Formats: sequence, C-alpha cells, structure tokens
Amino acid sequence: MIDFGYGLTPSATLKIEKVDNPLFEALHQLEPDVSKCIACGSCTASCSAGVFTEMSLRRVILSLQRGREKETLPMLQHCMLCGKCQLVCPRGINTRHLILSIGKVYKMEDKAL
Amino acid sequence: MSQNIVVIGGGPAGIEASRRLRDLGYTPILIEKEPVLGGHLARWDRLFPDGVEARKVLEPMLADLDGIKYFTDTEVSSINRLKDTWVVKLSNGLSAQVRAVLLTTGFDLFKAEKKEEYGYGIYERVITNADLEDWFKSGAAPQFDDVKVIGFVHCVGSRDEKAGNRQCSKVCCVTAVKQACEIKERFPEATVYCFYMDLRMFGRKYEDLYLKAQKEYGIRFVRGRVSEVSEDIDGHLFVKAEDTLFGKPLKIKMDTLVLMAGMAPAASTAELARMVNVLPGEDGFFLPHSLIDSPCTCAREGVFYAGTATGPKTIPETLSEAASAALAIDRYLKSPQK
Repeated sequence: MIDFGYGLTPSATLKIEKVDNPLFEALHQLEPDVSKCIACGSCTASCSAGVFTEMSLRRVILSLQRGREKETLPMLQHCMLCGKCQLVCPRGINTRHLILSIGKVYKMEDKAL
Repeated sequence: MSQNIVVIGGGPAGIEASRRLRDLGYTPILIEKEPVLGGHLARWDRLFPDGVEARKVLEPMLADLDGIKYFTDTEVSSINRLKDTWVVKLSNGLSAQVRAVLLTTGFDLFKAEKKEEYGYGIYERVITNADLEDWFKSGAAPQFDDVKVIGFVHCVGSRDEKAGNRQCSKVCCVTAVKQACEIKERFPEATVYCFYMDLRMFGRKYEDLYLKAQKEYGIRFVRGRVSEVSEDIDGHLFVKAEDTLFGKPLKIKMDTLVLMAGMAPAASTAELARMVNVLPGEDGFFLPHSLIDSPCTCAREGVFYAGTATGPKTIPETLSEAASAALAIDRYLKSPQK
C-alpha cells in the first residue's frame, strides 16, 4: 500500500516481510531454540516479574519474530533472571540464556541502564 | 462357489477391504466410478509423517487384486433389499445379489472456490494442497519459478459452519506442515508461513514433524485465519489475517498461497444413503452404529462402512478400518441366519 503521508495515526498493521531478518537470524544462530516456542504462555503465567509489570517472554519472542524489537525492551528490563520460565517451558527452551542472548544481539544492555 | 460381497468405492479402504475379504474366502466385487483404482491416494505424492511415497503404499495393493472382481468407470444405479439380500444394479448393466454391501465411498476434497475471499480459481497464484501434490508429483508448475514468499492457509472448508463443513478434517494440519517442509527443501531461500487456528498434531511423529518444521526448516507459524486475499498489478498476492497472538492485523505480500482444502462428504453419500434407507449424520458423512466400538456397522442389516465415508481419517486409520470391516462382514455372514 502506498503511504501518502496524510495519516494522523501510524498503521497498526504488522508488516512481517519488513522484519529485520539479519538481527533475528543472528539470534537464531546463537539460540536455535527461539523458533521452538509454541506460544503456550507457561513462561508468562509463571513469571515473577509479570505479576507486576508487562514482562511476558512469550510476547518478547513473538515481538522479535514480528520485527517489533522496540516493544521488547520495556518488557525485558523487568526480568530478574529467576529462571522459573525455564522450569515450566514444555519445549525445554533455555529461557535465561535466550534472554541474555537477546540483550546481546539487539544491544539492549546499554539501553537498559 | 464362494460368496460375493459388493464393495462400493475403489480407494484405499475399498481395495484393502476387498483383499481382506478375498483372504477370508469371499469374492469381493469392487466398484469404482473413476477410470482407475486408488482414490485420492493415487493423486498424492508423499505421505506424512515420514514422507513415504504414496505410490509405495498403493502399488503393492494394486498388484494384489487376484480373486477380486473389480469394475472401474462404473457406478451404482440402485440398491434394493430382497429378503435377506441386497440387489445391487450397476451402470454397466450387471447386477449382483449379495448378503453384505460395504460402503467405502470416501470423501470429496472441499471445493476451495467456495471460499471466494481466498480467490481460488480467480488468482493464478492461489492453489490448493491437491494442486501442490500434483506439482510435486509431476515436477511442473510455471508459477513456482519465483517462490520467495509462500503461505499455507489451514482449515479451508474445515471448522467452517458457513461453508457447510463444521468438522475438523483432521489431516490438513500435518499435511500443511509436511508440504511446507517440502517447499523449503526445494526452495531453501523461500520464506514459508503457515496460518493456523490450532495445530492438531495428534498422531505419532506428527509433533516431531512440527518441531522439525520450526527448528530445522524455519517455517513461520502465524496463529490466525486468513480473512481475504487480493492481487496487485503484477499478479502477486496480498494476504490479510490477524496475528491473534500479537493482537494486531497483519498484511503480507506473497508469491503463492496454498489453501489446505479439507474433507467434505462425498457427493454420492446422500444418494447411496437413500438407496439403503439410512440417514447420514448431520455433517453429511455416513453414521455408523457406534463411533466407539462398531465403527463399521450400519443401522441397516448387511450394510457396512470403512474409511472416510464415515468421516475424516488418515491412511493408516482407513486401512485398519478396512481390515476390521472385513472381519465384521465375515462375522455377520457366519452368524446363523434369522
């Protein structure tokens, strides 16, 4: 669709073909398990941070897959790396390691401080 | 002389049941309306979950038809009850008087053009799962030369009350995942999407195939039903869906879209049901006596079912049901006549 530039609000439509693939690919190289998520939500349900904040690992992974990495930082900075999500993940994803890798690949550490 | 049994429908269920009945000492008369035996299986390239070639399943069956009388290009004209027998008249002028009739009439592939919003039959780049198998089998489909982005739409004509098909077709989820992997094998650079509502990976090794599709093939799964498809000036497709996990609408340009057409009751079901005087189920498939412990028997004495005539099934399920139908018929014929 041609953007004529007259819109008052930006389009909410996801444009997944415009996802920054190199970054997600780099993450996938480091953490092949990131593609194993079945979006069951066990991690979010058990998350100690998620009770009081918007942290949701399921949503973090999905946001990265959909090229919305900007939305993940406000979530991830609440993570305390307690590892409860790893205990409950049915796909056996090493979630703590994944979260650290996301920080590295998307260079979030500096921003979080 | 051994007793005749009429088997209507020469797909995997009909062929397998006929072989079993022959092994039990009967003479099956197998009737097929198409010019060749094999049903939908004859059209398919490879089978889930391991990618076994369909012909490797079908060819040994077709090579073992001794003792079975079969008629292709033949339909049933009428079936009538005469005392404790059924008189079956065929379109080729022959007729048979038998004590047992087995209905293995299978299913029809849901007509994807009914879901007009997906543009099958309107847009060149929208194809069905069966078209894709045709291509895999024959190796020729010109529109596939530039496969960069390809999508699979699950549940086309399944779980769709408005399309007159409320049931889950059972096999499409795993078929889509199988076909998505096959596309990735042929076009490793392609981006492949699956639009699903649930993924029903019920069978042994199906979940493994799903995991492999995610991890090794990098298939991208999007939860959400495709709502509409449109075409741009170059003939590429715009696909709209909601990413229901994200909670946002999604729009993507694609080179090809594959519709996973589901299983609909065979067109012949209603007519045959009228001939043997039974009512099909609400969903249009034949309704066996009990879905739990007698899936092959009919409310009408001497009539039996096997395979997808009674609802969506996989090939192994169909084959084992064909075997148990043969045993049910044998038991019925050996029981003392009333």
